[in-house]
Amino acid sequence: MKKKKGKSKRNNREYTNVLWIITGVFALMIGYLAWFQIMESRDVINNPYNARLDTLEEKVIRGNILASDGQILAYTRVDSDGTESRIYPFDCTFSHVLGYADYGKTGIESLGNFQLLTSNAYFIERFINELQGEKNIGDSLVTTLDVDLQTAAHDALSTRKGAVVVIEPSTGNVRALVSKPDYDPGTVAENWTELSTSKDSILLNRAMQGLYPPGSIFKTVTLLEYLREHNMNEAFSFNCTGSVSVGNSSISCYHGNAHGKLDLEEAFAESCNSAFAEIGRDLDVEEFQGLASQLLFNSDLPLSFPYSKSSFSLKEDDTDAIKMMTAIGQGDTLVTPMHMAMLVSAIANDGVLMVPRFLDRTENYTGQLVERYSTETYGALMTQEEAQLLQEYMRAVVEEGTASALQSDSYTVAGKTGTAEYSSDKSKSHAWFIGYASGSKPDLAVCVLVEEAGSGGEYAVPIAKRIFDAYYEE
Amino acid sequence: MVNIITDLAKYVMIILLAVYTLLGFRLVRKPQEEKRAALWTQDFLLFALQFTGNAVLFLNTENEELLYFYGMQLLAFLIFLLLQRIVYPRSDKLLNHNLLLLLSVGLLMLSRLSFDRAQRQFQIAVLAGGLTFLIPWIIRKAGRLRELYWVYGAGGLLTLIAVLILGNTAFGARLSLTIYDVTIQPSEFVKILFVFFVAGMLYETQDLKRVAITTCAAAAHVLVLVLSRDLGGALIFFVTYLVMLYVATKQPLYFLAGLGAGCVAAFAAWRLFSHVQARVLAWSNPFAVIEEEGYQIAQSLFAIGTGGWFGMGLGQGMPNKIPVVEEDFIFSAIAEEMGILFAVLLVFVYLCCFYMILNIAMCLKDAYYKLVALGLGTLLIFQVFLSIGGVIKFIPSTGVTLPFISYGGSSLLSMFAVWAIVQGMYLKRGDEVAENEKEKGQIKKK
Repeated sequence: MKKKKGKSKRNNREYTNVLWIITGVFALMIGYLAWFQIMESRDVINNPYNARLDTLEEKVIRGNILASDGQILAYTRVDSDGTESRIYPFDCTFSHVLGYADYGKTGIESLGNFQLLTSNAYFIERFINELQGEKNIGDSLVTTLDVDLQTAAHDALSTRKGAVVVIEPSTGNVRALVSKPDYDPGTVAENWTELSTSKDSILLNRAMQGLYPPGSIFKTVTLLEYLREHNMNEAFSFNCTGSVSVGNSSISCYHGNAHGKLDLEEAFAESCNSAFAEIGRDLDVEEFQGLASQLLFNSDLPLSFPYSKSSFSLKEDDTDAIKMMTAIGQGDTLVTPMHMAMLVSAIANDGVLMVPRFLDRTENYTGQLVERYSTETYGALMTQEEAQLLQEYMRAVVEEGTASALQSDSYTVAGKTGTAEYSSDKSKSHAWFIGYASGSKPDLAVCVLVEEAGSGGEYAVPIAKRIFDAYYEE
Repeated sequence: MVNIITDLAKYVMIILLAVYTLLGFRLVRKPQEEKRAALWTQDFLLFALQFTGNAVLFLNTENEELLYFYGMQLLAFLIFLLLQRIVYPRSDKLLNHNLLLLLSVGLLMLSRLSFDRAQRQFQIAVLAGGLTFLIPWIIRKAGRLRELYWVYGAGGLLTLIAVLILGNTAFGARLSLTIYDVTIQPSEFVKILFVFFVAGMLYETQDLKRVAITTCAAAAHVLVLVLSRDLGGALIFFVTYLVMLYVATKQPLYFLAGLGAGCVAAFAAWRLFSHVQARVLAWSNPFAVIEEEGYQIAQSLFAIGTGGWFGMGLGQGMPNKIPVVEEDFIFSAIAEEMGILFAVLLVFVYLCCFYMILNIAMCLKDAYYKLVALGLGTLLIFQVFLSIGGVIKFIPSTGVTLPFISYGGSSLLSMFAVWAIVQGMYLKRGDEVAENEKEKGQIKKK
């Protein structure tokens, strides 16, 4: 847009500047639109409020959902009269993670709705189908889920309410995700009234959205805070008498057992409430809050499923009693099993959290690759040294503490148990276990929560064991 | 079968518009006498696009009235081109083409969204074409109109104040007046007066006193619009003034200072007014407030995203899910059904118009008309920016119509006026060149 004549060039310099500025602004705007379409649009349009996706169903037969090894987890059967029905060959086993597609959409059925309703079949074939007015076959989604692990977790939880999350720490691949009570995703539409009004909140995905007091698994966080505030070589010694008094009340160890003289590792391995309550009273609250938010309490998680945020609300002017309760995981803190699985997965991965990943790739219905979804690093939740120290302490829990049932010849486990009281009735508690196993295959992190069961060592640990056994001994 | 044709047609339409746009850009700075072939090609592409779009729409709706309507449009377009050729043989053909192209795309999309509104829009377009037909001639001949700048400034400001006090309220803003059953949005016309006012103030002298007075008057316009809650209008006046001030005074500092003041004012508005906060909230994360403030933006993004690069095909999407789709959000409807590529090409057509108007400004010798052309060009392109930027969530939505495409009588009529004034200045430029040649007694080749 430059003028050839010198004089008018001088007169028109401001016009040229305006022209370039406007061009620049429009370039940014068009660039933004392109960026939106390439990077953002899929997440945006996979929204239950987007009625447009329903119209795709008129043109495309919903694609299959596959396990990581190719086993079919969900497919659409078309009867001779053209009626379509969604079939889930494993019935209830994958209920919450797959979700349902018949009455609104949840789980992977919702997460991958657009891919499932898009056909990347061979071009000519699609053209012929359209010409004949027939539907095309939607793409298949290959998930990261493992049938054996999911089945093991599902069976182990049996008839109890609770949740299990299994993640591969090095990739973030979600290998299993169970929430109980469960349902058959294929019959949701028929049983809707019953499912949606049940007192047990059957449709709630407890792994992602259930908020529970963490109990002693939270001692992992307290321990990390203690290690940060104190010189790591500083000798810690505590004499446990079975309880410590706090103002008018007291905090006692499980079943009132006196653990005797303990160092820090023993206190963690034995899950000594008295010792950790003492530790909690003297922690720097501001730093503790800082650590909690680093570990993704009160914050958004990198998840594309609906989830609840874990909450940690300790304040400077809280009483000693609240500080001590919080340190042993019995304060106002609430966590989701998914968040705890991510935490232990980061510890196992030397502090680095990988973004949990449900979808591996999209293929067209003949198995040709359409798109692969890469693994994604979220970032370090703690330093490598800190993670490795926690690994040692968690190892001690299995070697000499509350999770000794997980000792095995074929793999090595590190973890932490928890027994979380959730009401004034102290005999009732949720059983927790978080931990990871190493062995001949990539590490596997698990988080087990059993509602209203009893101690973590008794009820959660055996479930973790069945999962690890299934993984390493197949 | 209809599906296949609809599918194929969307690619055809993208290609037609792409070639059209490319030719347009190549024509911007060429004297049109040298490019007759390209202009004829554009004529063809224009009508081919109009035909394809309407044919697909007819196949999808099977509404026979659409055929008559298409015939009427075709006839009107042909008459328009013919009259232009007879009355203004030296007018800018490319500008005429762009006008018709934007109109035809607008009418096509409106026919799909609401056939009644499309017909109404067409009537207004014909009326506007008639009303503005003599404007180029007036601009060319009536040089003394520039001395009336105080009338433009005071008249415009008083009109805006009248709307603020007497206007009808819609979506929380006072934008329109109803006179004898006709509802108009006066700010659409005051915009043009404002450009003439500023040009009249600043084209001869740019001393501090004059700049200060003009700035106060401009600020008054903006303030009244902010009080009427017409944020988009206020921004258009503000930016148009800044650009004109900068070019007239050649002082980048004025521009930067104005921009700074604008940012402070925007921040203050955000702190003070809940309706500004709602817009910002809907922009920053529409999906978090999808039930309320974010609903419209979210629906707009669903439309654009689901349509993708090539669109769902005319009649195959759900653009009516977007509230106010015929007015402020028509760009999303176009992107949804005709594709993001088509929509981006339309943006290029607007840019092409802007380059042409600026080119006219640069070629003119008369400082007054140089400023007027610049002001009108800025007005047009900035309105396009606000409208499109808002619906794609690039910037907070300010509720601005898309020139020549959105449904709305005042908007359409005022844009016709802008087009006619620009056309007049193009003729003026031709006169200047002719005079110049006479003086020098030689033919200059550019």
